[in-house]
Amino acid sequence: MLEIKNLHARVEEKEILRGLNFEVKPGEVHAIMGPNGSGKSTLASVLAGKEEYEITGGEVSFKGKDLLAMSAEERAREGLFLAFQYPVEIPGVSNINFLKAALSEVREHRGLPQLTAKEFLALVNEKSKLVELDGQLTNRSVNEGFSGGEKKRNEVFQMAMLDPTLAILDETDSGLDIDALRIVANGVNAMRSPERSFVVITHYQRLLDFIVPDYVHVLYKGRIVKSGTKELALELEERGYDWIKEEVEAANA
Amino acid sequence: MAYEGDELLESVTNKEYEFGFTTNIETDKAPNGLNEDIIRLISAKKEEPEWLLQWRLEAFHAWQKMTEPEWAHVKYTKPDFQAISYYAAPKNRQKYNSLDEIDPELRRTMEKLGISMEEQKRLSGVAVDFVMDSVSVATSFKEKLAELGIIFCSMSEAVKEHPELIKKYLGTVIPRSDNFYAALNSAVFTDGSFCYIPKGVRCPMELSTYFRINESGTGQFERTLVVADEGSYVSYLEGCTAPQRDENQLHAAVVELIAHKDAEIKYSTVQNWYPGDKDGKGGVFNFVTKRGLCEGNNSKISWTQVETGSAITWKYPSCVLKGDNSVGEFYSVAVTNNAQQADTGTKMIHIGKNTSSTIISKGISAGSSNNSYRGLVQINKSADNARNFSQCDSLLMTDHCGAHTFPYIEVKNKSAKVEHEATTSKIGEDQIFYCLQRGLSEEKAISLIVNGYAKEVLNKLPMEFAIEAQKLLAISLEGSVG
Repeated sequence: MLEIKNLHARVEEKEILRGLNFEVKPGEVHAIMGPNGSGKSTLASVLAGKEEYEITGGEVSFKGKDLLAMSAEERAREGLFLAFQYPVEIPGVSNINFLKAALSEVREHRGLPQLTAKEFLALVNEKSKLVELDGQLTNRSVNEGFSGGEKKRNEVFQMAMLDPTLAILDETDSGLDIDALRIVANGVNAMRSPERSFVVITHYQRLLDFIVPDYVHVLYKGRIVKSGTKELALELEERGYDWIKEEVEAANA
Repeated sequence: MAYEGDELLESVTNKEYEFGFTTNIETDKAPNGLNEDIIRLISAKKEEPEWLLQWRLEAFHAWQKMTEPEWAHVKYTKPDFQAISYYAAPKNRQKYNSLDEIDPELRRTMEKLGISMEEQKRLSGVAVDFVMDSVSVATSFKEKLAELGIIFCSMSEAVKEHPELIKKYLGTVIPRSDNFYAALNSAVFTDGSFCYIPKGVRCPMELSTYFRINESGTGQFERTLVVADEGSYVSYLEGCTAPQRDENQLHAAVVELIAHKDAEIKYSTVQNWYPGDKDGKGGVFNFVTKRGLCEGNNSKISWTQVETGSAITWKYPSCVLKGDNSVGEFYSVAVTNNAQQADTGTKMIHIGKNTSSTIISKGISAGSSNNSYRGLVQINKSADNARNFSQCDSLLMTDHCGAHTFPYIEVKNKSAKVEHEATTSKIGEDQIFYCLQRGLSEEKAISLIVNGYAKEVLNKLPMEFAIEAQKLLAISLEGSVG
């Protein structure tokens, strides 16, 4: 599904990813944790194709294709979805029209027939229930005036609509209370399937109680320095990151 | 990496206009320059009555004493008024034999706007025979209007057929000496449109200059007069979304609207004249005076405009709220790209009691253009309980364009309520990236964001116009983010 080899990336003059290796197979859920500034969000942005990051080395293949050669919109159409940490507001553009335009592009690219208005609305109805999204929110402008929790639910709703093969959740749990967290997690869990993979970026173990990962990785200074199963997350919760930092420094010394 | 289509878009949109118009000397064209003889010539050619000739001459004398205003936030080389020919017989546009001879860029834009082949031919001056279709449409249209007593014709025709109305209303909203360009227009205007809606009649269709195909190409000094008699309603559409190429650099039109008691006029404009090359060279100067008079009580005048063309736009569609309870509205989207300059806004003059006005202005600046909003809200002493709400937003597409707001508020009555809101924002790379991440192209993303921003204004346009205007906004801003 996703294979990252020795990836280096920088923004302005600062190198953030420094030889990252990482592989995700179909149906797997990987959690990426790590202290602040370790490169978690950079990884998400680089995978999604954000322009301001310069790739200085390495390879990324997505479903056997060269991901780095694709434009951001091609990646999305191919089935890579990023749930943003800070979903942006687009005033005056209704959520529903936005999704309609996006879904139409995505389906065209995937060689699927366009939905009729009726089918589209039925799909909206079905998918918005996944995250208990109020019908009114689908008619409001994209994320405008949404609460933090509504924005995150809207991300998961969009994800469900666009039916990606790889979903990257960038700190989707940040700013959520426990109820909202449960709703978002339920939405994600409902979408888990043998064909769909998830990369869940988070600071806290809490989210992983709800979305149980197959693997947990620790990102530090732009590299994955430790991998394990969900127990690793618990250990991190208990012990913090210092012991990992020490291990890394010791290995480098 | 992500915007690899950029270069292609840029090469297409920034391509220079290839087909410079070669002006053949028309047999029916006045020599360059402006003097009394030229005005007499224009008046004679148009077989005008003596009073109108005198009216023009008085305007000319007033104009001679005036100097070109300089207060607008625009820079340009002043036109040489003695180097312009003020009269040319209509139909002096270059003719083509087929659409293949038309500038491909122009055609591409028209196709994107969804303009039919026939319409494309008409707009670009291709000689066609099946315009007959449109003529018959226009004819049946005219018959229907005539049944209701609605007059909709060219200004020249109106001078001949309805002199009493022209004499009564011409220049009553915008006096000949109002400003430099209005005076010039009054002296030398060659044609335009006249519309009269009789008492109590609700015009059943949008009146559009589209339908006046026989009189197309009305030239650089256009004169429009719309009169809505008591209790009547009319929606008037001016311009079109197709790019308008024009040999005349200077356009100084005058538009006067008069709404009597309980009458309503809705005036919508889409302006997409040639903006010049990337440096603004050769573009149209659009210096127009537009004003509406809410003469009677409970009358209403609403201006809606989408401005994307011209090298320089300088216009302030205004409302004089004379009748009690009268309402003035101004909804505007002004887009400037490359080297375009726009100084546009409105004036709301409150005279009657309980008058109210709304101003919604949305400026969009791209390239290295400059876009200014300039507006006056004047509440006179007599205007008890007047209200105004103004909202002026600016959207910046690049970091080297300019957006400026010059609001003037004069209040002479303590019971007035005046509100002003203004915002400036830059189109977000983040917004665009968000759209790309959902699978939308950059072009589509910009179109969505800009149309969302301008939605309040676009919603005021008649349906079919609004859809074209949406596409026009997207086309005007292709590849313009930076």
